[in-house]
Amino acid sequence: MSIVERQPPLDATERAAIAELIAHYPTARAAAIDSLKYVQQRRRYVSDGTLHEVAHLLGMSAAELDEVATFYNLIYRKPVGEKVILLCDSISCWITGRDQLAAHIHQRLGIRQGETTADGRFTLLPIVCLGDCDHAPVMMVGDTLHGNVDTAALDAIFKPAESDTP
Amino acid sequence: MSAIPRLPLTRNIRRGAAPFSRAEYEQADGYLAVRDTLGKVEPASLITLIAASGLGGCGGGGFPTGRKWQLMPGKDQRPGPRYLVINADEMEPGTFKDRLLLEGDPHQMIEGIILSAYALQADHAYIFVRGEYLTAIERLNHAIAEAEAAGLIGENILGSGFDLSVQVHGGAGRYICGEETALLNSLEGRRAIPRSKPPFPQVNGLWGCPTIVNNVETICNVPHIVRYGADWYRGLGVNGALGTKIYGVSGRVRNPGTFELPMGTPMRDMIEDHAGGMKEGYRLTAVLPGGASTAFLMAENLDVPMTFADMAKHGTRLGTGTAIVLDDKTCPVGFIANLQQFFARESCGWCAPCRDGLPWVERTLKSIEAGEGRATDLDLLLEMTGNLGPGRTFCALAPGAMASLQSGLQYFGPVFEQHIATKACPWT
Repeated sequence: MSIVERQPPLDATERAAIAELIAHYPTARAAAIDSLKYVQQRRRYVSDGTLHEVAHLLGMSAAELDEVATFYNLIYRKPVGEKVILLCDSISCWITGRDQLAAHIHQRLGIRQGETTADGRFTLLPIVCLGDCDHAPVMMVGDTLHGNVDTAALDAIFKPAESDTP
Repeated sequence: MSAIPRLPLTRNIRRGAAPFSRAEYEQADGYLAVRDTLGKVEPASLITLIAASGLGGCGGGGFPTGRKWQLMPGKDQRPGPRYLVINADEMEPGTFKDRLLLEGDPHQMIEGIILSAYALQADHAYIFVRGEYLTAIERLNHAIAEAEAAGLIGENILGSGFDLSVQVHGGAGRYICGEETALLNSLEGRRAIPRSKPPFPQVNGLWGCPTIVNNVETICNVPHIVRYGADWYRGLGVNGALGTKIYGVSGRVRNPGTFELPMGTPMRDMIEDHAGGMKEGYRLTAVLPGGASTAFLMAENLDVPMTFADMAKHGTRLGTGTAIVLDDKTCPVGFIANLQQFFARESCGWCAPCRDGLPWVERTLKSIEAGEGRATDLDLLLEMTGNLGPGRTFCALAPGAMASLQSGLQYFGPVFEQHIATKACPWT
């Protein structure tokens, strides 16, 4: 597993970045979501220790910040793989075959919704309508949006990393 | 000088290409409305102009924008910060129109914000963009930087004495953020749970200050109305409607997409002429006219003009104006079950009917679809449409969810009964 369960304390860069985010709003807690997204971008997910530290910088209790963190589905409080696959399961993508794509991902990567591949490369999570319904079925892999996805496209996206190929 | 447009919202949009830079936008007469207005026109007269244009909210409700603005107390009555918030949390299933406007012409969005904020005398504007719209966020931030560099945003804009800051706030998920008071809670760094109204945001909004929340498309109309006038805007519609609308359609049509058309264009024209009709081998059974929260419009009623009033006559709503087609190869029960899965997951959990009722509805529908339904299930579902309907919940999420269920039970009753009687889905 390449997933790191423990996270180091926030470094000076991270602390300065959070201070900068706080400066954008009239109250510190308004920067809660921006701050969580920022640390997650650097650390993939928000560990308990990181949450405590961010809460302190925002002047919130850890419980208050966790209440926010656990509400939003794009904040990850558990380890995720290098890239998160968000496969839309709303209506236009359902009509155009997203269930078959989910089955193909399971066959290809061995993961179902909520699971991470053994090599730590991908985590599959459900997502509501991604607002690109004229290209359904749609998914995001990391920061990249993919439209008109079919099984061939999935195979291209999920081909093994170079080092893994025999 | 450019010709007076008939389809103003998309006139600068070149699909698949980069959006206009600030210089290109200005070459196309962009920001002229700002230059002709700030410090030269009374802010209050802009509110009167928008009211006279009849512009309605394009997020789904259609509430008159001018009237919403008039409910904000004046700066003399309520000194202190005032906010304009753009609702770009586009997450209604089947809706992809604001993405087009944000990615396709970010300066139009910014110009609309500057003019609207000036009218409302708001000194801060936030654009609340759903977190997944990364391209939109990037392009908006770039456009804001360009506008700041040109003195169109900031302190004492163009020497008018008007100050404005514009900030993009990227969300972190959850459909409920599109509910305007839940959106305000989210912006304040809280769980996105709707607030009780009154007080309305116009009076007590963001951090307790006067706040107007408007949809992307609504505000994108403002520069054009300021430039060409209320009468011009009213004259753009057909079949008694006014303005234009970014309509759209998805599902098994030949060319799914978004189309700016005169408000009041019949649904059939959009589907058959603009979207190219159904794909080979599929027939249209029904449509949801404007997202997952709207009731079915059956195939025989496709000639209805796409307006708020005409859709209401057929027991449904225009909603976001982006239609989803139910075709004859798709099971209506499975279709409705998918919609209910969405609403059950996206309930914020604040009030019991929604939090507990929607998962019950979802499981009941999925069991019927799987051939495990019971004869009593249909009465139960019908009862739920009342228990989760308007007036029973804190916000409009659950009543919106019930629109497809209630109309589905009405129009597809025999299909539900067949599932239960034969213990199987006829479509699988």
